[in-house]
Formats: sequence, C-alpha cells, structure tokens
Amino acid sequence: MSHDTATIEDLHGHDSHGHGEHGHMPFLAHHFDDPEQQFDSGKLGMWLFLVTEVLFFSGMFCAYSIYRSLHPEVWTFASQFLNETLGAFNTGVLLFSSLSMAWGVRCAQLRQRTGLVVCLAITLGCAAMFLGIKAIEYTHKWDMGLLPAGSYESQFLPGAHHEGLSPWLYVLSFVPAACVVGFGGWYLWTLAKGQKRLSEVAGPLLVTALCYFVGVFIGIAFQNAEASAHAKHGADTHAADKPADGHSTADHSAIESHSSALASDESHEAPHGDTSKETSSEKSHASQTSLVGPAHRAPGDPTEAQVDQAGGAGLFFSIYYCMTGVHAVHILGGMLVLAWLLVRATKDHFNEQYFGPVDYVGLYWHLVDLIWIYLFPLLYLIK
Amino acid sequence: MSEHAAHGEHHGFAHPAPVWQLLAVFFALVGLTILTVFQATLDLGNMELIISLFIATIKAALVILFFMHMLHDKPLNAIIFLSSFVFVALFIGFTLMDVHAYKDSVELKEVDSPRMLVEPAE
Repeated sequence: MSHDTATIEDLHGHDSHGHGEHGHMPFLAHHFDDPEQQFDSGKLGMWLFLVTEVLFFSGMFCAYSIYRSLHPEVWTFASQFLNETLGAFNTGVLLFSSLSMAWGVRCAQLRQRTGLVVCLAITLGCAAMFLGIKAIEYTHKWDMGLLPAGSYESQFLPGAHHEGLSPWLYVLSFVPAACVVGFGGWYLWTLAKGQKRLSEVAGPLLVTALCYFVGVFIGIAFQNAEASAHAKHGADTHAADKPADGHSTADHSAIESHSSALASDESHEAPHGDTSKETSSEKSHASQTSLVGPAHRAPGDPTEAQVDQAGGAGLFFSIYYCMTGVHAVHILGGMLVLAWLLVRATKDHFNEQYFGPVDYVGLYWHLVDLIWIYLFPLLYLIK
Repeated sequence: MSEHAAHGEHHGFAHPAPVWQLLAVFFALVGLTILTVFQATLDLGNMELIISLFIATIKAALVILFFMHMLHDKPLNAIIFLSSFVFVALFIGFTLMDVHAYKDSVELKEVDSPRMLVEPAE
C-alpha cells in the first residue's frame, strides 16, 4: 500500500480522522487509507464468505454423490419426475440475471445511475421469475406426492395425480401478492406526491413482485404443454380410483430401506376393499404391487417399482428439496440485498471510487448462479 | 498505485467490463445450456455424467473469470476461492472412498433384510 502522505491527505480532505469528514468521499471509512484499500478489503472478505458458501453447499453435494453412487437406479427413476423444460428455462433466467448484475457493476463503476437502477431492477425481476417457476415446480410435485423420504407417495398407486392448480400455489403466492398490492400502492403514492426518487425504488419493486406471477404463468404454460404431451402417451392408464386413505404405506420408512432397522410399519392400512390384510410389514413390500390392485401407471421397468416402493425415490426428493430449497433461500437473500442496493443506487451513492457493495453483491449473485449451473444437470438431466 | 495512475484518472481502480464481453459470455452460457440439454437426450451411458459436469465446469469458469472479474482480480482472491474447491474435492472424494470401502458389507446385510426382498411387479 502506498504511504504517499500527499495522496492520503488529498483523499481525506484534511488530516483529522473522523466520520463524515472525507470531503467528497462520504463512504470512505476512516480506518482505510484510500478507496482502493477499502474496496480490496471488502472484496477479500466477500471472497472468504463465498468460500464458506461453497463449503456449505459441498455438504449437500456430498450427500448427493454418496446416494447417487450407491443407488444410481433411484436417480434414474426419480429424476424423470422433474420438469426438464422448466429447469432449462430457469437456468436461462438466472443466467440473464447474472448478465444484468454484471452489467450493473459496470454501470456503478461508470457512475451510470439510471443504468444501475435498470440493471438492478432486471436482476430482481429475474430472481422473482425464477422463484415463480420454482413455485410451480414445487407445488406440482407436492400434489403428485413427490415428497421427501417419509412422505413420498408411490407413483404406481392410483390417485397419485392431481388436476388443476394446486392449493399450495395460493399459499406460496400469498406473500408475492401482498407485495404487488403493497409496492403498487406505494408506487402510485410516490407518483401522486411527485417523489421521483422513491418512485424509482417502488417501481422496480412492483415489477419484481409482478415478475413472480409472470414466472408462475410461464410455469403453468410449460406444465400444461407437458401434460398434454403426456396425455397422448398414457391416456389408458387411468384405470382405478384412488383408495380412500390407504396408499401411503410402504414409503414411510424410506431412508432405512437398506438397513431394515424399522421392523413395523404402524401407519400401514390396507386399502379399501382389499382382502389380504397385512399385519406385519416384514413381507408387505413383497406383495405391495398386487395388494393395491391395478396400478395407476405401469412401471416401465421392474426395478422402477422396486425403487419406488423401497423408498429410494423419497430419498432423491429429500436431496432435491434440500438442495434447490437452500438455493431458493439464497435467491431470496440476494433479492433483499439487491433491494438495498436499489435504494442506494437511487441515492446516487455509487461511483468509480465507491462501487464495492454492488461488486460484492454481484459476486454473491454469481455464486448462486454458479450453484444452479451444477444443480441443473445433476438433478434434472439424468437419464 | 502507479500502475493505476497510468490507467488514467477516469475509472481509478475500477475495471469496467466491456459490454461486448458481458454479452459474449452470456450467449456462450446460454449456448452451453442448450448443449447440455441436447446432450442429455443422447444415450451416452456412464460418459453422460462426466460430459454434463464438464460442460457445467466450463460454464462455471466463464462466470468466475468474466462475471466475477477473477481475470482482473488480485491473485490472492483467486487462490483463496479456488482453494475451496480443493477442500470440496477432498471432502467428497474421501467420503465416497469411505462409503465404497464399506459398500460390500452393507449390501450383504441388504440381502438378509426382508425389506429388500421386493418382488418386481408381475
């Protein structure tokens, strides 16, 4: 670092070190020599934080690799329930948000205030769209009984499918809907009051909340397209009605499938009208398929039924929800800091000497994108 | 500091990425995503995982080098960040080695277990 006192005094305005006395550098903390040192320190800290993030996610990637290497057939079977189109589209959305984030850093460095606000708004909007599509994916799976181990419902039993919009979608969409109303009202208020700067905050936030619903509608459109394509293939498989409540049986003790630690299956109930009532679960898995009568859909492969019933598929969905869920939480966290950046951008805080916060948030945002780059092929593209 | 002074007063220590570079990286990433989706439709057997991870790693490298500016960053930052992947490799690699060292004995137990005597559908 330079010890050129002339430069330092130049930057600090005068000799005394105190808050708010940096003259034209209001954000230069007094324990730093100059803006570059402040920027480099912050950046080092951010990279260290990203290291902890990588190591944090590596725990989940480790669980993934162990179970995939031990049970590759489970992965082949279960990943067919993931919507590849939506996953690919969401990858594109995240990549575009990364582009706009990187462009935003450039705008901050070039003191392009409007450009930065627009870039941050696009990044926020893409993040919300990603979550909207994710909401469609999640709720569709919840309807199908594609749940984590312990709650997973067999896909070869009748009644595992659900038609129409999921009630869970309304639950998940509550907060975004409230945001549309809140930000919309705030935006109109700022317009009415002629508060130009605040309207530049409220407007992008309103667009962000609306983008969630754009994502939802895109998700529904893709989902419907997929469903109609499937309907052509397997229209004749809807043979049996759903038994009243008895089909959540074999999959309850999913993780323990190969350790056989749990002997009894308390929640086991024979489906309606079934003659062979099972009392001990020792053999229940062996006869599960014949027990429930006509299958909702025929397993394509003998191992598929085995994987489905032995509970391995539930394990896949445990890992799927854990990895994508933690990733989605990171998106949400990123959106919060992006909103903070948006507020500061409208206040014209950033320039070629002080763009650290934009750069650091950008680094974080790209890391979240990076994790998705690996999650997408590892979860969606298995054959 | 003197090297930055040569850069001119205009951007100081900032290195704004040119727009063409950002766009080129973005379209390369989209192209690689399309490639990996296409690759998944092919039946490549065991190579599939390796190829899809290879494509993902190229994408990750593009993001790190250009979007995260590692190309122009301090070497210390690059060393710190990339060293995390060394530890990830150790973590996952050793855990997998350990799991597979016990794999055979675990599977022997599975054969004894009635839970695993699942008959495929008739």
